[in-house]
Amino acid sequence: MQIKGAIYKFGDDVDTDQIIPARYLNTIDPAELAAHCMEDADPEFAGAVQPGSVMVGGKNFGCGSSREHAPIAIKAAGVSCVIAATFARIFYRNAVNIGLPILECPEAASALQEGDTVEIDLAKGQIKNLTRPGEYKAAPFPSFMQKIIEQDGLINFVQERMKERA
Amino acid sequence: MSMTISEKILAKHAGKEQVEPGELIYCNLDLVLANDITAPVAIKEFSRLGLDHVFDPERVALVPDHFTPNKDIKSAEQSNYVRQFARDYKITNYFEVGKMGIEHCLLPEQGLVLPGDLIIGADSHTCTYGALGAFSTGVGSTDLAAGMAMGECWFKVPESMKFIYHGTLSPWVGGKDLILFTIGDIGVDGALYRSMEFTGETIDHLSVEGRLTMCNMAVEAGAKNGIIAPDAKTKDYVEKRAKRPYQFYASDPDASYVEVREYDASQIEPQVAFPHLPENSRPVSEAQGIKIDQVVIGSCTNGRIEDLRIAAEIMKGRKVHNHLRVIIIPGTQEIYLQALREGLLETFVEAGAAVSTPTCGPCLGGHMGILAKGEKALSTTNRNFVGRMGHPESEVYLTGPAVAAASALTGSITSPEEVLGSAN
Ligand code: SF4
Repeated sequence: MQIKGAIYKFGDDVDTDQIIPARYLNTIDPAELAAHCMEDADPEFAGAVQPGSVMVGGKNFGCGSSREHAPIAIKAAGVSCVIAATFARIFYRNAVNIGLPILECPEAASALQEGDTVEIDLAKGQIKNLTRPGEYKAAPFPSFMQKIIEQDGLINFVQERMKERA
Repeated sequence: MSMTISEKILAKHAGKEQVEPGELIYCNLDLVLANDITAPVAIKEFSRLGLDHVFDPERVALVPDHFTPNKDIKSAEQSNYVRQFARDYKITNYFEVGKMGIEHCLLPEQGLVLPGDLIIGADSHTCTYGALGAFSTGVGSTDLAAGMAMGECWFKVPESMKFIYHGTLSPWVGGKDLILFTIGDIGVDGALYRSMEFTGETIDHLSVEGRLTMCNMAVEAGAKNGIIAPDAKTKDYVEKRAKRPYQFYASDPDASYVEVREYDASQIEPQVAFPHLPENSRPVSEAQGIKIDQVVIGSCTNGRIEDLRIAAEIMKGRKVHNHLRVIIIPGTQEIYLQALREGLLETFVEAGAAVSTPTCGPCLGGHMGILAKGEKALSTTNRNFVGRMGHPESEVYLTGPAVAAASALTGSITSPEEVLGSAN
C-alpha cells in the first residue's frame, strides 16, 4: 500500500482526550467524531486536514483512554497514516483492529516537519521525505498483525477463525 | 523455567506450560467488560459477525457508568442501545442505573473478577483488577467485540517490571500516593507495553482498596497491567463475594524482570500531580497554597468506602471553604449505602459538599461538575490531561482523598496535617 501526503506534526504524549475529547463521545458516528478530531490540541486541524495527510507524533502517542473513537476520528478525518516514536499500547491495538495504518519510527518522528510531503510504503515500512532529503525505515508489523491488516481488520479475521472452528 | 505471576496466568489461559515475554498467544477469557461509551462501538462491530449469541452471557459485563444517569438525548440513545443488546442477548451482568456503579469499583465488589482470572475490558482502567491477583487489561471496542463472540483474545506476553516498597507509610499516605510517586519516577511511558508488579512489605500492609487504587493507575505509566500477588487480605475480600472458583498465583522467586525498582515508602509524602500529566507528581509540601475552584472525591481510583471514610474523618464538623465546590461520588450503590449507614454522607452534606449518585461524571469531563475556562480542580481521579474535566484551559491536579478533603476546607492545596495536626 502506497501513501502520499502532507505532515501534520504534534508533540509527545498526545493523549486520547486531545484526539477526541470525551464531551463528544455521546456519538459513534465517524463523521461527527472527525469534526472534533484534535480539537483541544489544535482547533484548526479538523477543518484544515486534507484527505491523505500524515499525522506525526512523538513518544507515547495515543496514551490514555481505550476509546476506539480516537483512531476512528483520525481515520475519518482523512489521515492516511500515523507515524510516531512510540504508541501507547491500546491505541496501537485499536489502530490495527480498525485498519488505520501506523508506523513506529523515532527517527522519522523527530526529523519530519510540519508541511513536509512524504511517501510511505507500508508493506516495507519505508518513509521518504519528498520535500527535503530524508529516508527512514520503520519496523514492519509482526506477521500475526499483518494477517489482521490483510483481512481488513479484526472482525473479518475472527469470522475466518470461527469458520475454521465450525 | 520460572515465571512471573502475569506469565503464569497467561500461560494457564493459553493452555501452555509456559510463556515468554514477546510471545504472541491466544487466550481464553474469564470476563469481558464494556461501558456506555465503548459498548455501542463494540456492539456495532459484533453485529457484523451475524451471531445470535455471545460466547457466554454470564461472562459479559455491561456497565453504563460514564454519562449516566443520562446527561442528554444522545447519551440516552447510546445507553438504550446497550440496554437493548443486554436484553436481546440475555446478558446477566448488565447493571442499570439504581443498581450500578463505576465499573472498576463494581465488578470486584460483585465478585465478578477474581484471583487468577484473565479479563479484558473496553476501558483502559480495566487494569484495576490486578489488585486481586488477576491479569486484566484494557482493549478497544473491536477487540471487545471479538472477545464477546469467541471468549478469546490475542496477547503479546509483556515483559515484567518489579516494584518493591519498603517501610511503613506516614499518616495520610495511601495507595494513591505510592502510585503517583511511582509514575513520577518512571514517567507516563515508563512501563509501556509492560507488566507492573507491586511487591514489598508496604504492599503487604496495604488494604485491598489501596491496592485497587495502585493497579488502577498502572495504565498511566503505559503498562499493560498492574498486578499484586493475592494473600490473606485478598482471600478475605473475595471469599464472601465470589460465585465461582478462583486460583491464587505468585511469581517464582527467581522469575526474571526487565527492571526492578525499590523505594523507601516511609519517606513518601502525600502526592499531588500537577497539570497536565500524571507523571508531574510532587510532595504536597511543594503544592501548598495553590488556589482551587473545585474538589472531586470519587472515581474508579478513589471512590471506595475507605476513601470516603478518610475524607469524612477530615471534614467532620468542619465547613467547605466559601470559594469552592466539593463534589463527592461514591463508586457504587453498595458503597453509597454503606457511607449512608456510617453517617459519612451526613458529614459531607453538613460540611457543604454535594453528594452524587455513582457515575464517572466529572472524571472525564462528562457531566456533574465541568470546569470553566481558567478554573482549577483538585481531584482524586486518575488523569489530568488538557481538557479532561472541562474547558481546554482548565486545570486538574490529582491527589488522594486526604489531601482533597483537607484542601476542600481551606480553598487551596493543603496537607491534611495542617488541618488536623500530625497527631492523627
Ligand atoms: S471513573 Fe474516570 S477513569 Fe474511571 S472508568 Fe470512569 S471515566 Fe474512566
